[in-house]
Amino acid sequence: MSKLDSKIPKGPLADKWTKHKNDINLVNPANKRSIDIIMVGTGLAGGSAAATLAELGYNVKTFCYQDSPRRAHSIAAQGGINAAKNYQGDGDSNYRLFYDTVKGGDYRSREANVYRLAEVSANIIDQCVAQGVPFAREYGGYLDNRSFGGVLVSRTFYAKGQTGQQLLLGAYSAMNRQINRGKITPYNRHEMLDLVIVDGKARGIIARDLVTGEIERHSAHAVVIASGGYGNAFFLSTNAMGSNATAAWKIHKRGAYFANPCYTQIHPTCIPVSGDHQSKLTLMSESLRNDGRIWVPKKIEDAEAIRSGKKKPNDLSAEERDYYLERRYPSFGNLVPRDVASRAAKERCDAGFGVNKTGQAVFLDFASAIERYGKEQAGIHGNHNPSKEEVTKLGKKVIEDKYGNLFQMYQKIVDENPYETPMMIYPAVHYTMGGIWVDYNLQSTIPGCYVTGEANFSDHGANRLGASALMQGLADGYFVLPYTIGNYLSQDIKTGPIPTDSKEFDEAENKVRELLEKLINNKGKHSVDHFHKKLGHIMWNKCGMARNAKDLESAMSEIRALREEFWRDVRVPGDMNEMNAELEKATRVADFLELGELFAKDALHRNESCGGHFREEYQTEEGEALRDDENFMYVAAWEYTGDPATEVLHKEELEYENIEVKSRSYK
Amino acid sequence: MKLTLKIWRQKNNKAKGELKTYPIDGIEGDMSFLEMLDVLNEGLINKGEEPVVFDHDCREGICGSCSLQINGEPHGPDRLVTTCQLHMRMFNDGDTIVIEPFRAKAFPVIKDLVVDRSSFDRIQQAGGFISVNTSGNTIDANSIPVNKHDADESFNAATCIGCGACVAACKNASAMLFTSAKVSQFALLPQGRIEATERVLNMVAQMDKEGFGNCTNTGACEIECPKGISLENIARMNREYLSASLEG
Repeated sequence: MSKLDSKIPKGPLADKWTKHKNDINLVNPANKRSIDIIMVGTGLAGGSAAATLAELGYNVKTFCYQDSPRRAHSIAAQGGINAAKNYQGDGDSNYRLFYDTVKGGDYRSREANVYRLAEVSANIIDQCVAQGVPFAREYGGYLDNRSFGGVLVSRTFYAKGQTGQQLLLGAYSAMNRQINRGKITPYNRHEMLDLVIVDGKARGIIARDLVTGEIERHSAHAVVIASGGYGNAFFLSTNAMGSNATAAWKIHKRGAYFANPCYTQIHPTCIPVSGDHQSKLTLMSESLRNDGRIWVPKKIEDAEAIRSGKKKPNDLSAEERDYYLERRYPSFGNLVPRDVASRAAKERCDAGFGVNKTGQAVFLDFASAIERYGKEQAGIHGNHNPSKEEVTKLGKKVIEDKYGNLFQMYQKIVDENPYETPMMIYPAVHYTMGGIWVDYNLQSTIPGCYVTGEANFSDHGANRLGASALMQGLADGYFVLPYTIGNYLSQDIKTGPIPTDSKEFDEAENKVRELLEKLINNKGKHSVDHFHKKLGHIMWNKCGMARNAKDLESAMSEIRALREEFWRDVRVPGDMNEMNAELEKATRVADFLELGELFAKDALHRNESCGGHFREEYQTEEGEALRDDENFMYVAAWEYTGDPATEVLHKEELEYENIEVKSRSYK
Repeated sequence: MKLTLKIWRQKNNKAKGELKTYPIDGIEGDMSFLEMLDVLNEGLINKGEEPVVFDHDCREGICGSCSLQINGEPHGPDRLVTTCQLHMRMFNDGDTIVIEPFRAKAFPVIKDLVVDRSSFDRIQQAGGFISVNTSGNTIDANSIPVNKHDADESFNAATCIGCGACVAACKNASAMLFTSAKVSQFALLPQGRIEATERVLNMVAQMDKEGFGNCTNTGACEIECPKGISLENIARMNREYLSASLEG
């Protein structure tokens, strides 16, 4: 029997969350003191939840592989965070944020979850300002907003190009306050390597101290996984080098269903790959599409001339450029959602219009914005007849204030000045909408095991809108989980501490030791990176921006063969009982080698195109994604059976009661 | 490019470390410094030797994990970048590059080029926060207008990534730039003024307890800071500290 009960509260959409909060059981403050919670991951979702749960009175243990919670990869989020504040008076509302998110996700997310997200979004901004997060402000002292893709309002709050950093440092400071009070015990440089289930409930984890190599047992009344997404299965992505799916994959192997693994976001504006040595890709924030215009040459000869260096982008007049997003999607223009923008870039490059040496890049150009802002600034300063130089100077200053750090980052990596010549960009793997299946309470199919943030599947459907990841992470952590987990923990007020000397802990620890010993003793011929790069190659070529049945079938068998080769031939130097970066990588890549196969299997089974999942067989005449609502309007939740190839599919049908399901149009 | 690397190798916290020499070839200008080390490590693993361990994560200059003292400078010869964003085009064929961990009493070496910077976390735990519960029961964000200049200055201070280059650059191994950045971020905002007195006293006390040295205004920290955190923050913290001491 399927375990998929979404537990969506009854009643009208706008009342569900309030009613649910009123109905759930509470734990009294004195009892909270005897309840322990493990939090794996300390980014926006984990850090915010850890702080809030500790404030409520629970004893929280946090785990992160980095040397400090402040380094979690939420820190790299650039552009902003959405909230339905309607400060701009441009018609925003909870409903409109809800609607945009469901539509942006191509009608593959749960209505009730998304509405709750929109409902708490405004509160996030209040909370963060109270914490001292220095958001951008206007001259009057009030908060400023900008626009992101897939919407027609300005609801994105930001702190230059470092919004994720500022929000994470806010959550980190809230954690620090609780660490100082003794309510959070941080275990940094620790990696969770298994989940321990006792009597059907999540009761602890096995973790490795990454400094000493020691294997540790930690128990708790509930375990929360907030460990981020699995984009690094592609090797090259905008994720951090250490970002991994191990915590999520281990709970999957212990019984948590994995939902929609094939829903992956390929972000349109990243710095293109420069060579084989490349270790990661760098994002250029979507906020740049507020002011940047994307184009390739109209004539293929011009594209060739630019590739060979015979022409410079600035040699081409406006008439010789194809602003293809503005051409194809006049109403949203450069601000179409990410999946649409990425596919459009691929389409142009595949047709031969790419503009860098590899032919896999398009231009992102700020010249018009510099001119527009420059004229505006000159006017503000009383200069109504400015020279071209004056306009350019003033305009560059505005662009620098808005995106200075991104421009500097680009210049350092590419060695070209983006104030003078257009940026070159290309899509790259960025975010994973898929993740562990959770119900409305954010609980997985394992009782007592909760999953928040990017690690769960819940809010973004088949495509996430820009500036919504930060919103979801903080909504889950500050405002949702602290309520819902209390309902579960209310049964544990008399349980007392969970012992770590049980047979369940023995079994889990032994399994971890066996895994590590096997890797160390394997002494094969190739490094971990060798296999990781090969996996990335398969994933990008066969499970990337465009997929088809034949490629996905061969991806499954190639990944399987690679996994077998990995276990035969991987070489992990050094020892278990010491800091060993190669061993850390090896355990993570071993999991990616399983997850990758399930990813391909999920993509193969979904015979439709939706959001970030584009199957070449299912497209309109104009090359847009073609959904099949009749047969695929469900969440695909996979149950582990011992082998990724034979995982069992469970379906959660999606029901839309408040939104009319139609085909997504940004024209 | 052909280079000679002299890299600090140290088995663990207890062991004695030493500089070891590694010749390396085939390095391209478009590689980042850490990608150059990836190439070295791949070669070492293939030869059956132990790779060099170094801290790194986001590789886009924001997480603050990467460190490295490169030819005597934290994050190497380029300005306003972290090691992960330093590119090999800054070096020439035939160069010798000396790579060491950040050196400070409060940053003990864990292994090779990895140091323990948890002292920074403890400074933040001592007071680097505003005591507001995260339950969401706060006032509307726009009911606290903040002068744009103050908000921008606060933001500039808040962009510190906690990498520790300021400490590694300082002859006294002082953490004044790091600590003052957090003190300033909050001191400049109305929300942060309420606890300003205890905050600066507690954070400075913890900083001293961790064994960081004093500031003698050489300004090396500001020059080496990959995020351009200004020395003005130290002046602001000194003012805050003085008035807090008089109040207390």
